[in-house]
Amino acid sequence: MRIDRQALLDLATGAAFLGSGGGGDPYYAQLLGEAEIARRGPFHLIALDALADDALVAPCGWIGAPTVSAEKLPNGQEAILGLRALERIAGRRIDAVMPIEIGGGNGLAPLLAAAELGIPVVDADGMGRAFPESQMTVFSIDGLSACPSVVTSANGALRVIETDDNLDHERQARALSIEFGGNAHMVEYPLSGAAAKRHAIGGSVSAAIAIGAAVRRARAAGEDPFAALHAALRASGLYPFAGTLFDGKVVDVERETRGGFSVGRVVIEGFGGDGQMDLEFQNENLIARVDGQVRAMVPDLITVMDRETADSITTERLKFGQRVKVIGAAAPAVLRAERALRFVGPAAFGFDGPYRPIEALNGWNCG
Amino acid sequence: MRIGVDVGGTNTDAVLMNGATVVAWTKQPTSADVGTGVAAAITAVLGDARVAPGAIASVMIGTTHFTNALVERSRLDRVGILRLASPSGEALPPMTGWPEALAGQIDARTYLLPGGFEFDGREIAPLDPAAIRAAARELRDAGIDSIAISSVFAPVNPAMEDRAAALVAEEHPDARITVSHTLGRIGFIERENATILNAALGSLATHVVASFERALAEIGIDAPLYLSQNDGTLISAARAAAYPVLTIGSGPTNSMRGAAFLSGVRDAIVLDVGGTTTDIGVLANGFPRESSVAVDIGGVRINFRMPDILALGLGGGTRIHLDPALYGTDAIDADDLRVGPDSVGFRITEQAWLFGGATLTTSDVAVAAGRAEFGDPALLPPLSDAVRDAVWARMQAMLEEAVDRMKTSRGDVLLLAVGGGNFLVPDTLRGAARVVRPRHAAVANAVGAAIAQVGAQVEQVVSYEREPRATALDRLRAEAVAQAIAAGGIPDSVEIVEMDEVYLTYLPGRAAQVRVRAVADLAGTPALVAHAH
Repeated sequence: MRIDRQALLDLATGAAFLGSGGGGDPYYAQLLGEAEIARRGPFHLIALDALADDALVAPCGWIGAPTVSAEKLPNGQEAILGLRALERIAGRRIDAVMPIEIGGGNGLAPLLAAAELGIPVVDADGMGRAFPESQMTVFSIDGLSACPSVVTSANGALRVIETDDNLDHERQARALSIEFGGNAHMVEYPLSGAAAKRHAIGGSVSAAIAIGAAVRRARAAGEDPFAALHAALRASGLYPFAGTLFDGKVVDVERETRGGFSVGRVVIEGFGGDGQMDLEFQNENLIARVDGQVRAMVPDLITVMDRETADSITTERLKFGQRVKVIGAAAPAVLRAERALRFVGPAAFGFDGPYRPIEALNGWNCG
Repeated sequence: MRIGVDVGGTNTDAVLMNGATVVAWTKQPTSADVGTGVAAAITAVLGDARVAPGAIASVMIGTTHFTNALVERSRLDRVGILRLASPSGEALPPMTGWPEALAGQIDARTYLLPGGFEFDGREIAPLDPAAIRAAARELRDAGIDSIAISSVFAPVNPAMEDRAAALVAEEHPDARITVSHTLGRIGFIERENATILNAALGSLATHVVASFERALAEIGIDAPLYLSQNDGTLISAARAAAYPVLTIGSGPTNSMRGAAFLSGVRDAIVLDVGGTTTDIGVLANGFPRESSVAVDIGGVRINFRMPDILALGLGGGTRIHLDPALYGTDAIDADDLRVGPDSVGFRITEQAWLFGGATLTTSDVAVAAGRAEFGDPALLPPLSDAVRDAVWARMQAMLEEAVDRMKTSRGDVLLLAVGGGNFLVPDTLRGAARVVRPRHAAVANAVGAAIAQVGAQVEQVVSYEREPRATALDRLRAEAVAQAIAAGGIPDSVEIVEMDEVYLTYLPGRAAQVRVRAVADLAGTPALVAHAH
């Protein structure tokens, strides 16, 4: 499959939704991607099946605080530096890249590196959405190592991390991202083609494109873009439940760059006095409560959208006064398994109580 | 008494207001030298009301001049762009993603220079004064006087931008410099975009504001002159000359607030019908609904508070594309008829049939259908009822669809039809409970300028360890409200429109820079308040 300009814009829309508020703002990645397509033509996307078992696949993306990324932009050489370093370590060429997470700008980030290296992007990712921390991948959940991983900065700094412990890897990488100015590029969880086929969440890039296209078509036809979004999510096979959780106006945003993350809270007041939603985030939106009652929790997806245009609003772009709808969607099944919840469930973020699926919390029974 | 003026692309409208009363109004053609049209309009209202120039306390001008310059990509300066960020940001050089025609017109000369701050206050790279001086000399020698300077995290620490501006001024004394931290908040690309647009409007703004001031002086009005900005509040003429980009959303804001004021309606969809387009916006609780995502101006993304507007290509000068041989036909095929999107614009007074021309426009059809009275109906070509009905039905469908796109709820809404072409809005539209055409609807824009609000801004660095966040925000909100009232705002009308908080990671004590903005109706415009209940 080729990703032309239209598919790129659709991917940006879809990835913005799947970012659950995080993964970086896709707008910058989209601008870079458009320039790249104008220069070299469409990007190449291949299915997991097309990988040879002994292929070398490099998942990659940006690590850091999204708020910082809105201000400090990339130099453009970060990904290439990191990928070339991994090739030196592995002693061979990388055959394909993959987004470490499909959500936000990181869903688009590997496209440019792939074009520059002349290799394809794999239609898969390691999270099925975006998560704040590096060990929150299906690869880590399945016991694969993040290392060797390479972290690079805008001014050309480069560090290789080698450790057996993925949590330790996250801590080191996070510290480096702070050292490098709050954001950095990372190549991590290098995979064989066989491992990618066994573990990665397949079809997520094309699902994001389909979701974006559905929203675009609904807008053009003057139809309800939210209904189209919900239907496209359910039809993707990855996100079986979706719906609107809340509708209102942003009345407070508390946001801080702390420990290399953007952390904070947004308060949304319902229209016509219909209660209040509190949303806590750490890069991504993690838990949504209406009048104190939990309505959605990680790993399920929670995305704040412009209530008129159905544009996703990333956590760094949330502002006082915005009129929004909060949309929830079920996470891919693999993230809801018991062993996955240890990594990506509410307890992993310090929330009390067990994980409860979004469809149970909201009484959704259409699949 | 106050005078409100709206300088549009086609007409210059003026109103003279005494308190909440429109004492006199006029509509004059916009002159090539805008000042002449403004002088004519103001002279007309003063003459009508027999009011001496000395009785005028203030003049408020709303203008779409700068917006039009950006949209039409004309009358813009060449810009020198200094970005202090390298090595970061080189992947996205200035003006990435801009429409080519606009970028070509601005024809920027760009310098990617070392500088900028990290989020924690360290330097990305030290400033290079020699490189800045060299760039300034090059720009001076190339005759580029409009200069845009941006640096990373400047809203948190403007030191590098200010230092660079001082260096540029030393080498290039004629330079008009815009620094990004005066125009926006966190969000580098959008802030830099606004800075470049502002620089590009530099000479035009200086010229236009000077011609407004000259117009007032010639009439003998010695009252302060204000321009209305995007959010419906006023800025001094001097500030508008230096920051014209702050006025680019004021047109729709003025028409919506004018419509609310004239009708006493707080919640409605406003259709402002001009010569070329109909601007459609939503009035929510007396205020224009704002676009919640990044806004586009002339295809460029910026992060200003702007009203959420849908511009429909339908106005009083919109051309009706139909073979003249079919003007008298009894049955018309849908494919044979097209309405717009092109318009004869201000040439309507030569080109429309009504005025002796031979171009069929929406105004011709409206007069033929008896929905408006102007021009000379005797000059109209014979149009069959079928043709008139088909054109009318097509326009109605366009308006209905546009209104539907702006609606937030399923129910029927109130429509306010204003602007010189408001006769194009039928009395009944699907999706509308009622169409209201307030008195003075044709000059709603000028009324909106005359009743523009006062704004107040409080900006402070607070330590949340010393003062809990909720307490600090309450205190700053109260301060902003008090300032708005002190500036003449009516207490009941004060609204907090913006709260912005940036944590300063490099300072101890959970320090945050907080900015709160409040706006209020000016005393002397009590009607908006009266209708609030």
